[in-house]
Amino acid sequence: MNLQRLRGLIRKEFIQILRDPSAIAIAFFMPVFLLFLFGYGVSLDAKHVPVAVVVDQPTAETSAFVGGLQQSLYFEPQIYTSMHSARQALMARKADGILWLRADFSRQILQGNTASIGVLINGVDANNARILEGYMQGIWQNWLQQRAFNVGAPLIIPVNGEDRIWFNPALRSRDYLVPGLIAVIMTLIGALLTALVVAREWERGTMEALMATPVTMSEILLGKLIPYFIMGMGGMLLSVALAVWLFAVPLVGSFWVLLACSALFLLTALGMGLLISSVARNQFVAGQIAIIVTFLPAFILSGFIFDIQSMPAAIRIITHIVAARYFVSILQTIFLAGDVWPIILWNSLALLLMAAFFLGVTLRRSHKRLD
Amino acid sequence: MPARIWALVIKEFLALLRDKKSRFVLIGPPLIQLLVFGYAATFDLSHIPYAVYNQDTGFASRELLGDFQGSPAFQQVETIANEGQIAPLIDNEKALLVLQIGPHFTRDLLLHRPAPVQVIINGRNSNTATLALNYVNTVLLSFDTRWAADHHWGRPPAQLVVRSWFNPNLLSRWFIVPGIVALLMLVVTLLVTGLSVAREREQGTFDQLLVTPMGPVEILVGKALPGFIIGGLEGLLIALVAVFWFQVPFVGSILALLVGMALFLLAAVGIGLMISSLAVTQQQGLLGVFLFLVPAIILSGFATPIANMPELVQDLTYINPMRYFLVIVRGVFLEGDNIPMLWSQYWPLALIAIFSMSAAAWLFRHRMQ
Repeated sequence: MNLQRLRGLIRKEFIQILRDPSAIAIAFFMPVFLLFLFGYGVSLDAKHVPVAVVVDQPTAETSAFVGGLQQSLYFEPQIYTSMHSARQALMARKADGILWLRADFSRQILQGNTASIGVLINGVDANNARILEGYMQGIWQNWLQQRAFNVGAPLIIPVNGEDRIWFNPALRSRDYLVPGLIAVIMTLIGALLTALVVAREWERGTMEALMATPVTMSEILLGKLIPYFIMGMGGMLLSVALAVWLFAVPLVGSFWVLLACSALFLLTALGMGLLISSVARNQFVAGQIAIIVTFLPAFILSGFIFDIQSMPAAIRIITHIVAARYFVSILQTIFLAGDVWPIILWNSLALLLMAAFFLGVTLRRSHKRLD
Repeated sequence: MPARIWALVIKEFLALLRDKKSRFVLIGPPLIQLLVFGYAATFDLSHIPYAVYNQDTGFASRELLGDFQGSPAFQQVETIANEGQIAPLIDNEKALLVLQIGPHFTRDLLLHRPAPVQVIINGRNSNTATLALNYVNTVLLSFDTRWAADHHWGRPPAQLVVRSWFNPNLLSRWFIVPGIVALLMLVVTLLVTGLSVAREREQGTFDQLLVTPMGPVEILVGKALPGFIIGGLEGLLIALVAVFWFQVPFVGSILALLVGMALFLLAAVGIGLMISSLAVTQQQGLLGVFLFLVPAIILSGFATPIANMPELVQDLTYINPMRYFLVIVRGVFLEGDNIPMLWSQYWPLALIAIFSMSAAAWLFRHRMQ
């Protein structure tokens, strides 16, 4: 290892970066653009859901129930006069659900029977449908309590759950999506920065020229790693700043722990890019592999949006080879829960192993040899 | 079709499939990803790990906890004996939630007094927490109904009767797997087209192509066909796997799906070629592919509903072809849609296709280094 040679290689890499500014765009423009778009765009909190309301025979009882719906932030009730037109609205996707109070609603209640409240939900988006069902249950329970209070009737809810939600009491989905997005975006940046750089040297024949010089293979790889690491950390800091100041995600844990874990993850992502690059030796194929192995696995298998615990056992095992999985867990913990050492240390260890694997294999596969 | 377009198509296929790694990348990963993602991408919870902190010694709490043990959605991981043990369980994600039952639970219930159950839950992932609380509520509700009937509490004045259309058991797989058909079609099409012009530009062979007698439209057709054919074949294969492997119901018209696929492919190929011809180097092409692909997927309604987005972002999704195709795929699979019902989705796709294709053809000649 010769520091002077290494410095020369890094200088060369920076000159190349400045010549084709797409690398700068990847490191700094992409995180800002994507975080802006997703921080504002992605949310699982359904609000103002259009619901068609059909009341066969309006009475005081029915208007009390519909009133609860109207006051709720979650629903936007629209009154329909018949089930037929409400069904058509559901089919035309103008309403996500129907609430139907039948003609005998008040009579059943007066006679001491249990009236039924018909709820019809468009189940195509099953997650959304479940959330709606939960909101509807909340409205129903409120109505029961209100009614018991007003009429002086006994409340028929023997056991009810009192929820104490830790770390995110308002259940703001942005607070967990934004840290998760940072992991997805950093996966892209890390791999994109390095996926083409070694392949480009092979394709253009400049690798052969480099081999004719006294530099060693590890110097060449370090010369690639260091400049992009610096740029990647810049992008990372930018993302954290946006998360904290623009999206007001609380940063409960310590900034320095976050920084250390991010550096570790960036090494893994850059290492993956370098490995792709030196396996493919051809920018076109390297680009294709980068598209396939980075975004979708980090999006779907990292626990960023789909709960890993609920996946089948075989798929849970597969998620262990997705580096973003560990980083998502670290980020959600540091941002929302604080420095929980068991979680941070185990996930960091996994990241360390993956980084060592990617960089080690890249080094082993790269020999000063032409073929 | 003139012979020279045919020659260009053959050359494009050779350039794509000659390389063994490239051949594998185009066919292997999309199929593997379909299988993995099809199982992985679900919002339905199972084996929710929970712990129990029961201070009550009576039979009512045992009965209630029995309901949780009997539910396949829940899996008990721990029984704890004091308050201090709660925090480490939640902090270290050993349990998603802790059920805490107070010392007078059975006594209160027998005296016809409402008794609470404390549910302490990890809110780090707010969607999982919301859903898990819904599951808890469902178990409590059925316990309540039974307890009220068995112990003469009377009957509630009204009850919810919930039914859902198109997906009666609310399996989120039925929603996600048709979405994956769209997702992978987009990825494959961009793989084929996104770097193809950029590569020729970087290597200088695109200039050679421009001095041949071929017009921009002929070059466009030659460059577009491989993406259209490969994307189409893989799309069909993936749709078949969705129906026969994942058993997602297919109740709509096959023709309506094919029309949608063709229009979507044209739009995706056009965008891929547009990105590719804007780029001067493959690095720029790759950046362009990601700058389109990532927002196109996240802002499509694939995982998070468009209705939850702010107005401005919702307006932005109107230029996203994925948005329309997702409605088509899900409509045909689950809701039984046919061609007339989907006109409102077809024409925007056609418009995007025409615009992006023309832009690509124009860029071929007008963007020279």
